[in-house]
Amino acid sequence: MNGVQVSTTVNGDVEEFVCHPGETLLEVLRNRLGLTGAKEGCGTGDCGACSVIVDGQLVCSCLVLGAEVEGRKVATVEGLADGNRLHPLQDKFLEHAALQCGICTPGFLVAAKALLDDNPDPTEEEIRYALAGNLCRCTGYDKIVRAVDAAAAELRKSSKKKASGRKK
Amino acid sequence: MAEQSYTEQEFKVVGSRVRRPDGVDKVTGRARYGADAFAPGQLVGRILRSPHAHAKIKKIDISRAEKMKGVKAVITCDDLPDLTGGRGPNFDILVNCMARGTALYHGHAVAAVAAVDEPTARKALKAIKVEYKALPHVTDVDAAMAEDAPIVQPGVEHDGKPSNIVNVSQFGHGDVDAGFAEADVIIEKSYRTEQTHQGYIEPHACLASVGPDGDGELWVTTQGHFTFRNVCAQLLGMDIAKLKVTSSEIGGGFGGKTHVWMEPVALALSRKANRPVKLVMGRDEVFMGSGPTCSTSMDVKIGAKRDGTITAGQATLRYQDGPFPGPWGMLGAMTSWACYDLPNVQAVAYDVLVNRPKVAAYRAPSAPMAAFAVESTMDLVAAEIGMDPVDFRLQNVAKEGSKAAYGPTYGPIGIEATLRAVKNHPHMKAKLGKNQGRGMACGFWFNFGGQTCTDLNIGVDGTVNLTMGTVDVGGARASMSLIAAEELGIPYEKVKCNVGDTSSLGHNDTTEGSRGTFSSGMATIFAARAAIDVLKARAALMWEIDVDDIEWKDGAAHAKGIEHSNLAPLTLAEIAKKSPQTGGPIAGHNEVVADGAGVSFASHICDVEVDPETGKTKILRYTVVQDAGKAIHPDYVEGQFQGAAAQGIGWALNEEYVYGEDGRLQNPSFLDYRIPVCSDLPFIDTEILEIPNPNHPYGIRGVGETSIVPPLAAIAGAVSNAVGVRLDHTPMSPPRVLKAIREANGR
Repeated sequence: MNGVQVSTTVNGDVEEFVCHPGETLLEVLRNRLGLTGAKEGCGTGDCGACSVIVDGQLVCSCLVLGAEVEGRKVATVEGLADGNRLHPLQDKFLEHAALQCGICTPGFLVAAKALLDDNPDPTEEEIRYALAGNLCRCTGYDKIVRAVDAAAAELRKSSKKKASGRKK
Repeated sequence: MAEQSYTEQEFKVVGSRVRRPDGVDKVTGRARYGADAFAPGQLVGRILRSPHAHAKIKKIDISRAEKMKGVKAVITCDDLPDLTGGRGPNFDILVNCMARGTALYHGHAVAAVAAVDEPTARKALKAIKVEYKALPHVTDVDAAMAEDAPIVQPGVEHDGKPSNIVNVSQFGHGDVDAGFAEADVIIEKSYRTEQTHQGYIEPHACLASVGPDGDGELWVTTQGHFTFRNVCAQLLGMDIAKLKVTSSEIGGGFGGKTHVWMEPVALALSRKANRPVKLVMGRDEVFMGSGPTCSTSMDVKIGAKRDGTITAGQATLRYQDGPFPGPWGMLGAMTSWACYDLPNVQAVAYDVLVNRPKVAAYRAPSAPMAAFAVESTMDLVAAEIGMDPVDFRLQNVAKEGSKAAYGPTYGPIGIEATLRAVKNHPHMKAKLGKNQGRGMACGFWFNFGGQTCTDLNIGVDGTVNLTMGTVDVGGARASMSLIAAEELGIPYEKVKCNVGDTSSLGHNDTTEGSRGTFSSGMATIFAARAAIDVLKARAALMWEIDVDDIEWKDGAAHAKGIEHSNLAPLTLAEIAKKSPQTGGPIAGHNEVVADGAGVSFASHICDVEVDPETGKTKILRYTVVQDAGKAIHPDYVEGQFQGAAAQGIGWALNEEYVYGEDGRLQNPSFLDYRIPVCSDLPFIDTEILEIPNPNHPYGIRGVGETSIVPPLAAIAGAVSNAVGVRLDHTPMSPPRVLKAIREANGR
């Protein structure tokens, strides 16, 4: 194999791998690093099931080459929880029954994380447009939007608490 | 069966909105779907597909591909001999998974490879040389019924002549001619619906492994692993017991994963290579080579008195099935008039073959199209006689005791209740603005029960393992756990529900027809009751009293009678702890043909705004009212209503298979086949009605399908009211709406 040697950070861990020049980041994550949380729904960047965050930017990992993440920071759904504590997005998805089959859920969680990192208090419309690159065929998006809204409120509450704690 | 019948009861945990037991796995990326499995030494499978809509396959040369480094197996139909007894049952599945001499549609599989990696597999596909002779093709249902149409399957005859009409079904009663003669108003109109795909986000995927001893294992995303086992074993010539099929987590199915598409190919590749083979479809293959629903062409005629009484209804339905006969037209005919009590009614359906993919079930298969035609015509008749469309429907609505056009006489049903709920809904009274319109429509689905087998095992700590054989397509493990907890009288958290593989349970029919919660719910209740009998017997041993003196309530054995008043109740956990000394493990088992699935009805309301410049329709507000019988987990019942409505919205406004003159599918991608995205939809309001199904101990009716039936007509009504011209062709995409507006304005 004419491989490309890559050193990168995935969910905080240093990862080194050799991949084909044409291999996508999604293929690397799934087949070389054993991170199958990101899913391939289309392979053409149309469904968002493979969403990951690279250096703070939301991307479809099926449209990024494995070789491109050399020296960068990749965040996937597997890194969302804090140890054994679910991220508020994960928690609210469960509370609001925001998943049925669940195949799109990792992508939605990552896309919602990217939204809330950027905009902690989004309107319903902002949530809907931020998630418009992620397809869900089961839910009609209703409970997903509600879950993201509830998670945003939860995150704002805890960041306020942290801020007021710092003041004291 | 008396023990199966509904009894009114207070529920303790059923009906609560608990967290699903498989939830954490699904929000952390841990859940394993079809493509997430791995086996040591696994190969990558790929399928070569026909570029032609219809072609004779003169020769397939696989010699170069076979010699390539890293290629471990190449197969054609020669590796899948006909073991069905000579064009017997499931021969269509065999032909569809690998063409036999003729490619019947663009995307039909013609050969397959297994190689050490993806790039090698792709190169090997290119090295296979197929010599085709293109044949005339037909992809349109009306064109396929014409006298001079190219024949899709030689040997099919209609009226003694070669034809593409494979089946004609007729249902109804009374005398429609006499009924129309009595009518004051008759409306007759033609409709078309384009072909749509279920659009599950997870492509078909499996991991197959067959050894030289002929034993095999198959990991697959499916709605019915027992059915897949039976079909694959038959087509591969394997013993059923020696093929273990495990259903992975399933990333959506909606009917499309009830059908075997490529799994025999994966097994045949594995058998030839003597290595595990993972076969995953690309999205283009999903569109080209699996499960769309029918496109249709329909005529509906309704006659009514000025007072709103329908005197006759008649529907002629033409459904295209792809290249293989299916029940699709028949189902359209059966469902078409099911909401109404009509004295004279007829539905005639034609199943027609064309050069498109093999049609599969899609959520309430065939019903949305027929409802689009019938409900749209209902609106036209109501308008013609100046009646409110809800009142017009209520005047003719089917009730308990009504004879349905498809045969049966209804028991207690919910269509009238959904209509009254719609009539009284605030949505119905909300004001509309410029370019806005409102529509409403009704829908019906039969629902299904079928063969079911469930195991319940109690651990020594009093926790419960429930093994069900229907696939969990969207929260069923939560519902089954609630039901088991309810029957046993223990907390929901004490039950762990799993989906068993084919070696762990007796046969379970495919999870289709909204049967999962109905049938596995029934089997779970009976399995729990069987376990309670054992628990009572063990308590009798522990107390040394007669088992007849024991009753089970609130999760414990209670000794009856004043003479036993000194005996404190024995909880399930206490009895379980002693089980090693009282006779060993405690279990309950049930196998049942779950008869008596209650029919289900829904009525929907929809508001839209249409941009008169672009023809684009925006859904402003959407309300679903549906009868659930009994909602075991209301969140997931609402989710089914919302998801079904969203699929109906996509069907109504955007989604369609586009074929070129060359018979090739033009849009096999999510970019060009556009399903609704988050910003396309509003919140979808739901109202769950509970009219118990008398044939189920908890009153359950299936809930998964019915709400995909009304949207096409409800949205057509809304769009038509917004633009002032009747839309009769789905999808009502911007160009089609613009064209209708311009034609109405004489431009």
